[in-house]
Amino acid sequence: MASWWCWGTTSPYAFWAGSELNEADLETRFRSGDTRALARAISLVERRDPSVRALEATLRPKGQAPGVVGFTGAPGTGKSTLVDGVVALLRKRENSVAVLATDPNSPFTGGAILGDRIRMQRHALDPKVFIRSMGARGHLGGLSLATREAIRLLWAFGFDQVVIETVGVGQSELEVAAVADTTVVVLTPNLGDGVQMIKAGILEIADIFVVNKADLDGHARVVTELRSMLSLAPKGNWKPPILATVAARQDGLEDLWEAVLAHRRHLESSGRGRQLAEQRLRDETAEVAAEIARERIRRALADDPALSARLLDTGTPYGTAEEILDRGR
Amino acid sequence: MRPVRIIVAKVGLDGHDRGVKVVARALRDAGYEVIYTGLRQTPEMVVDAALQEDAQVIGLSIHSGAHMTLFPAVVQELKRRKATDIVVFGGGIIPDDDVAALKKQGVEQLFTPGTPLQEIVDWLRKRFPEESR
Ligand code: B12
Ligand SMILES: Nc1nc2c(ncn2[C@@H]2O[C@H](COP(=O)(O)OP(=O)(O)OP(=O)(O)O)[C@@H](O)[C@H]2O)c(=O)[nH]1
Ligand SMILES: [Mg+2]
Repeated sequence: MASWWCWGTTSPYAFWAGSELNEADLETRFRSGDTRALARAISLVERRDPSVRALEATLRPKGQAPGVVGFTGAPGTGKSTLVDGVVALLRKRENSVAVLATDPNSPFTGGAILGDRIRMQRHALDPKVFIRSMGARGHLGGLSLATREAIRLLWAFGFDQVVIETVGVGQSELEVAAVADTTVVVLTPNLGDGVQMIKAGILEIADIFVVNKADLDGHARVVTELRSMLSLAPKGNWKPPILATVAARQDGLEDLWEAVLAHRRHLESSGRGRQLAEQRLRDETAEVAAEIARERIRRALADDPALSARLLDTGTPYGTAEEILDRGR
Repeated sequence: MRPVRIIVAKVGLDGHDRGVKVVARALRDAGYEVIYTGLRQTPEMVVDAALQEDAQVIGLSIHSGAHMTLFPAVVQELKRRKATDIVVFGGGIIPDDDVAALKKQGVEQLFTPGTPLQEIVDWLRKRFPEESR
């Protein structure tokens, strides 16, 4: 079975073997602004390498946290194209930008084709733009389990802005809202069954709606449907704006960014931003704990045939799980 | 385990992307993480992407006849960026004599038309026995 996210199952040697970047240099090179060191640190986080804990302590982010905006929406709605446009706009404003773009891995082989980067090629060679493609590696939620940790690394590296793109969402991939400060939900005119059929949850997580591909027929109808749907939603202090864009032509991006900034001001002034940041740390800790526990239990069952046999015999997953966790390390 | 991450790119002015897409899919199905950068890449772009993506491998696809300049240019750029541990391999329309010459210049392996996809996968598995799955 796929095991690519196991905690440190390969020897560290294999990971660094022959590399011109070695473990001892990582921290120094990271601090000196070396892209490869940042990229390697993200890989360590991705494969849940135990050395990440040390790294996390030494590379504690300082200064102003980057603004994190997340783009989510069905496959092919234009998320990558929008991200590309936002990066261009931010570069014009002299912000440095990091992009974390997620695509799914095959649940059968663990392999993936990570293709979001194709739409962002005009930023290649811009030293103030860092683009990293991440496989979700079996993590449900539309992002990689490593996304949050990667954001902290980008913060420590000194990026002004972070833009994240989720996998094309199906139904329950709502994690982006827990990770980004501002969540942009991208819709298009060719939605098939229309706005009503959008899976529950997606509408609730939106801080901003973008109806992209406004050059296509039916765009006005999507906006109208969305508006009437939102009028039924419970009134919070933030009313998600609905914006039309033609990402392919860079139309509407200035307005989109203004909306993001307005939302950030709202987070700031309402105190909601701080609340979310705290909640995020708590959630992440719980999630990482769950991941560690899961891995420990898998390994215990694999290593202990007697225990495994007893589990099959008694059919008591709860009891067995508690027993394994009670054993401690 | 560390999944092998592979940058796959078409370099130069060359629109033949059928082969590279077939190969990308085969590598995905073999459990590799493939980052496809698309058409018309320069050697600098490819190497920069490999560094940002922390890829161990760069796979180039060339059908334009410019392989004798572009492959070595990528190898040189890796030297310049101090990342010679990144493996360069590839495929496309490359005459046998050129294959031999390119291997001397640091391209580890080349696959020409008609190569069964399994052969490419087998080569990677051998090349990365620890990391491959
Ligand atoms: C289909 C095709 C086209 C299609 C391309 C469609 C597309 N989107 O890919 C079209 C009609 C557009 C086209 C156009 C042209 N073509 Co053309 N084309 C071909 C043809 C018939 C087949 C290529 C193909 O798709 N093969 C199928 C795939 C699966 O095989 P493959 O690409 O070789 O890939 C395999 C290996 O090479 C290797 N591989 C390839 N890439 C990679 C990458 C990695 C990482 C790895 C590990 C392996 C690997 O693995 C694959 C699996 O075995 C070849 C002739 C031939 N028999 O090869 C000519 C050929 C490549 N074309 C040629 C030419 C000259 C052109 C044109 C310049 C013609 C013109 N004058 O207009 C244009 C240029 C277009 C452009 N913008 O670049 C020449 C190239 C000559 C040369 N380099 O010396 C060829 C060889 C024909 C010939 N005998 O003259 N072409
Ligand atoms: N007509 C039209 N097409 C667009 C627009 N924006 C993007 N597209 C096209 O939509 C297709 C998908 O765009 P992407 O940006 O890759 O979409 P995505 O949401 O990132 O896709 P996934 O990552 O695969 O889910 C591409 O062919 C784009 O060129 C637009 O404003 N109008
Ligand atoms: Mg995309």
